Order: sequence, then C-alpha cells, then structure tokens
Amino acid sequence: MTDMTSYPVPPKPRHTTFYSRNKLVITPLLFIAPAFAMFSLFVIYPIIQSISLSFYEWQGIGPKKWVGFNNYDLLFKDPVFWKALVNNIYWLVLFLLAPVLGLIIALFLNQKVFGIRLVKSLFFFPFVVSQIVVGLVFTWFYDPAFGLIAALIEPLGLKLPSILASEDWATFGVIIAGLWPQTAYCMILYLTGLNSVNPEMIEAARLDGARGWRLLVNIVLPQLRAATFIAIVVTVIGALRSFDLVAIMTEGGPYNSSNVLAFYMYDNAIFRYRMGYAASIATILFLIMDVYIVWFLMRLLKNEKGSR
Amino acid sequence: MKTIKTLLCATAIAALSTTAFARDLVMNANTSDPAQKEAMENLIADFEAAYPEIDVKFNLYDHEAFKVALRNFLVSDAPDLITWNAGNRMKVFVDLGLFEDVSDVWASENLYEQMPAVVGASSVDGKQYGVPYAYYAWGFYYRKDLFEQAGITETPSTWEEFKEMGAQLNAADITPVTIGTKNLWPTAGWFDFLNLRVNGADFHADLMDGKIKYTDERVKKVFEIWEELVEADFFVENHPAYSFQEALPFMNQGKAAMYLLAPFIVSMFPDDVREQVEWFPFPIIDESVGIYEDAPTDSFHIPVNAKNKDDARLFLKFAAAAENQTKTAGTLDMLPPNINASVKDDRFAQGGFAQLSKADGIMQFYDRDTDPALAKVGMQGFQEFLQHPDRIDDILERIEVERARIYGAL
Repeated sequence: MTDMTSYPVPPKPRHTTFYSRNKLVITPLLFIAPAFAMFSLFVIYPIIQSISLSFYEWQGIGPKKWVGFNNYDLLFKDPVFWKALVNNIYWLVLFLLAPVLGLIIALFLNQKVFGIRLVKSLFFFPFVVSQIVVGLVFTWFYDPAFGLIAALIEPLGLKLPSILASEDWATFGVIIAGLWPQTAYCMILYLTGLNSVNPEMIEAARLDGARGWRLLVNIVLPQLRAATFIAIVVTVIGALRSFDLVAIMTEGGPYNSSNVLAFYMYDNAIFRYRMGYAASIATILFLIMDVYIVWFLMRLLKNEKGSR
Repeated sequence: MKTIKTLLCATAIAALSTTAFARDLVMNANTSDPAQKEAMENLIADFEAAYPEIDVKFNLYDHEAFKVALRNFLVSDAPDLITWNAGNRMKVFVDLGLFEDVSDVWASENLYEQMPAVVGASSVDGKQYGVPYAYYAWGFYYRKDLFEQAGITETPSTWEEFKEMGAQLNAADITPVTIGTKNLWPTAGWFDFLNLRVNGADFHADLMDGKIKYTDERVKKVFEIWEELVEADFFVENHPAYSFQEALPFMNQGKAAMYLLAPFIVSMFPDDVREQVEWFPFPIIDESVGIYEDAPTDSFHIPVNAKNKDDARLFLKFAAAAENQTKTAGTLDMLPPNINASVKDDRFAQGGFAQLSKADGIMQFYDRDTDPALAKVGMQGFQEFLQHPDRIDDILERIEVERARIYGAL
C-alpha cells in the first residue's frame, strides 16, 4: 500500500509534451478507440472467423478439415443455393414496394382530423408486433382448409389455392407477410418526414398554380429525400436479412421453393451440422451486402462533403 | 483483515460441507412435451426419494433447441446425464469421444438379458454407450367410426386390402390418410415402412449407411408402390402447409381417417375423438419379406466430460430397473425396453408391443438412422414426390448427389 505514494512526480514540461504537440491527432484516436475495439471484437473478428471457416469442413465439434474452395465448389453446384439466391432477389425487388406503399399511407394519414393519432398508431401496429406473430397470423390467413381468406372467398364460389404449400406461390406468400410490417415502418419514416416539410414552400407552390401530382413530385418529394433514403436502406437490409418469416411460415419449404440464403445458411449449420458450408453461404451473402454497403457509404460520404 | 480471513474460511468450510452432504447430479433433457416432462419429473422424484443424499438438477430444453445446445455443452460445460436417442444419433457422439462407455452398467445389472430388443441400438463396436428408458412402435392411428361409415369392418393386413380400404374411404368422401409434411419427418415414416416391407431390413440398413445408391432399381420400386397411393388420392391435399400437429384437425373433424405416426399423437386427440381411435400395424406388401418395424429408442447417456459419473451410473441403474421402466414408459404411452417391466394396459401400447414382439428386426427411424444432412435432403425429396410423383427420377438423382458427397461414390 505504501509504494503508491512513492510514485515519481513528473517534471513540469518546459515547452511542450508529446501529447500537446499531437493533440489534434491523438484525441480523436482516443475517442474512437473504445468503439473501434468493440467493433473489431464483435464485428470484424467474427467476419474474418466465418470467412476462414468457409474453407473447412466442420460439424460444429471435433476436428476441422481444410478443404480449400471445396465448399464454394459444392455451393455453386447446389440447386438449392441458386433457388435461394433467386428468392432473395424477389425479396429485394418486391420489398421496395414497402417505401411506395408507406408513402401513400403516410400522405393519406397526414391530415388533422379528430382521432387521426389513433388511426396512425393502428397503422403502425404491425411493426410493433413480433415477426413471429406476423408469420403465424399470415399462416393462418392462408390456410386453405381452416383459414380466414378461404372462409371469405368460399361463399363466392372461389377456391383458395394453398399458397404456402405451393412451390410457385410460397415465396410470394411470405413476402406479402413481410411487406405488412415493413410498410408500416416506412409509413412512420415518411410521416415524420412530412412533419418537417416547409409549409411556406407548399403555399408558394400553390400560388404558382402547382397542385396534385406536380405538387407532390416537384415540391414535397424532394423535401422527403432524407426519409426516402432511410426507408430504402432499412427495406433493403430487411429484404436481405429475411429469415424469421421464412423460418416460421414455411421452413424454406415446400422442398426449398421458398428458401432464402439466410435460412439455408441456418439450416445447414444447425440441422445438417455443416458449419463450413454454412459459413460459405454467409460469405456469399456478405459479399452481396457489400455491394450495397459500398453504395450506401459512398452516398453518405457525398452527402457529408456536400453539407460542409 | 482478520475478519476477511475468518469469513473466507467459513465460506470454504460451508462449501465443502454442502458438497459432502448433497451430491449434485446435473441432468439436461429434451423431454419437453407434457407427458415426457411429467414422466421425467416423476422418475427424478423417485430417484431422489431412493437416494436422499443426491440432489438432481434438472434442465429442460425444447427438442430443437436441445439439438443445438447439446453440441455446445458436451464440450464446454457437460452435465452428468443427458437424454438422447439410440442408434446413429448416439454413434455420432460416440465417434467424437463424447459419450461415456457404460458397458459396466449393462453387465452389473444384467441388462443384456433384460433389454434384448435395444442392445443393438445402444451399442457401438460391442460396447454400450447408453441405457434406454422407452421405445415405441409406429403404426396407423385410425378412427373406427369413420371406417364403419365407409363400410370397412376389418383393418387391412395386406397391400391389396389396404388399397381397397382407401378406395372405400374415398368413395365415402373421406380422405384415407392425413399427413403434415411441413416438418418433413412424417414422410420418412412412410418411406421407412415401404422400404422395410418391400426390400427388408438388411437393404434398408445398407441404404441408411450410404452403401446403396438412391438411384438403385430397388429404391425406385418403393416409390412405384408409394405412387399407387398418391395416384389413388390417399393423402390430404396441401400437406406441406401443415406441421404434424396441424394435420390432426382433418382427423378430428372427420375429413380424414388415419395417420401413420407414433404414440405421442395419442394425447393430442380431443377426448371424444380419442375414444374412436384405434391402432393397426403397417400392412404386409411382400409375403417373403420379414416383419421389420421402426421402433425409435430414447435413452440416457453420460457425457465423457461429466463431473459426477458415479451418481450418474446410479441413476442409469435406477432407470433401468423393471418397476421404474414400467412407470416411465406408462406415463409416456410408450414401451419399456426391460422385458420384466409391464406394458401399460391400453390398446395403443398393447398393440404396438404385440407388433414389436412379432418383429424380425427393428430400425430407429430415417432421420435417426442416416446422416442428418442426407436425411434432410431425402425427406425434402419425399415431400416433393408426394406433390409431384412424376419427378421421382430427378428427386432420386438429387438425393444420390448428397449421398455420394457424404459417403463417397459407389
């Protein structure tokens, strides 16, 4: 305990210390350091680890066997992989309907009448519910024997095809279920965006004779650019991450027709004990996301330069 | 400082004394269905009553979660006992050196003579790595009242009778068979039985071990016979949309007459339906082939990394005793592997027991007998076949690619 007091007192700096000379470089680095350490440990390290795992054959326990690019070789010959990739593209394209639908609903709800707050929160409700619940509810909707849709259209003499049991329709059935909460999310983004639309500009445009479609496209939408950007970002991420709905509604079935990369990866790792193969799917998914992340970062950098 | 030392000593002594008096036995189990949970809790309570100095710590997992967790805790923080399945599923972990050799328990309790039916499934290279607590027969659970409605008086025992029965049911506007294939494995019950009835157990075992091509003519023959049923509208429509439980309402509502499944289905019927439900075994297809059955076996195992192996062995001996097997299997609606135990006095357990007693050999189940990755691809193929029987050549080709990847080209 006594040795603490004998700590040598540093001599007072006469001119400058190393720190004060390099303050502008060191201080930001110090501030970044904790975040960087965390990010390296929990994001970068796992990415490197799973990429390296994709070159091994490993069943989760026991010895790992180096197989080089064999996993990728198998992957590119695997019809399920291509099916899942195509389905991911369906997800990506159709999910972009969410910002459009969200904008339409937001414009509709952006009025000041009695009770609109309640209506807004009801529209937002699907996003609050867990994805698992959304999946279950839609599964029951679609049920061709006991479901709500079947019960509604049966009196009209129509017969509902079994959406989730059909290899042609299962993916779209799941995507529609996914669009429901995603649209609600985009709607909220647009509603907050609409709040910050400058009313004077609208008024000025009105005076100049702009109305309806032209007012929306030329005056309102440009002011919603930030909201649109965020809406597209979260939607694309949502589409590429699509996993929970597939897991709960179809488990990728019938016979892989509604599989997506994220679920196929999980299926291989957890139920087939092919960790290396799953890691190679993860790597491919990561590369696909990279394209999009690069676009996102470039957009962001450009915006920041512009605002300076 | 002195007080701290005293405190430390006191806690150390306390810790020592508790370990001396109460011996902890940690057990991780996947017995999460209501009947399974009850059976396991009763068994543990009885064990603790017999050995008051042992304290069993019981950790219950959901079935699928257990499959994942097992691989973690066996290497990191192993419990003293686990529940798992005999056969290939056990062998995977034996080969990795993670399950304890418990042949000594088998020898000291003379289980070789008391559990003759499950010795094979519990052994790898002549040594035993687990002690079974229950096994069960697969067969048709059917509604007697619907059969009567269709004018069927006797359950079918041959393939011709079976097809005839289906035609009668269809004529009465009742779908013969309900099945939910979203979880895939119910399809494997069909494949197993058809292959066992057509090609016998040796062929089936070789196929499960990857020693026979899926494109073999004898495998194709199985699907030709299966196709007779698909073409004759034996199965409910849209089965890929339903999990195995979700396909039950067809039977409950009288729209379908039977389900090829195992005893765990019994407790899922509503009471009024269960009264009507009876059981019959899978019919004979080829007289010259013996009677082989699927009889999945559930067992206890000791991880190699367990801390308290002595008490775990005590538990295995306790669970293997005839009276405890009677009780556990009875609660489970399953069969006790110990021949000195008595089978529950109920038509399903008795029917299954009678059938297994007649059997010339038993297998575990498709996804317990073969490689898990192959099982998945295989069962997806069975599901697709049920929807599109015309694609069978493509399907078998695809399963064969996976077989060749795992077991090597033939």
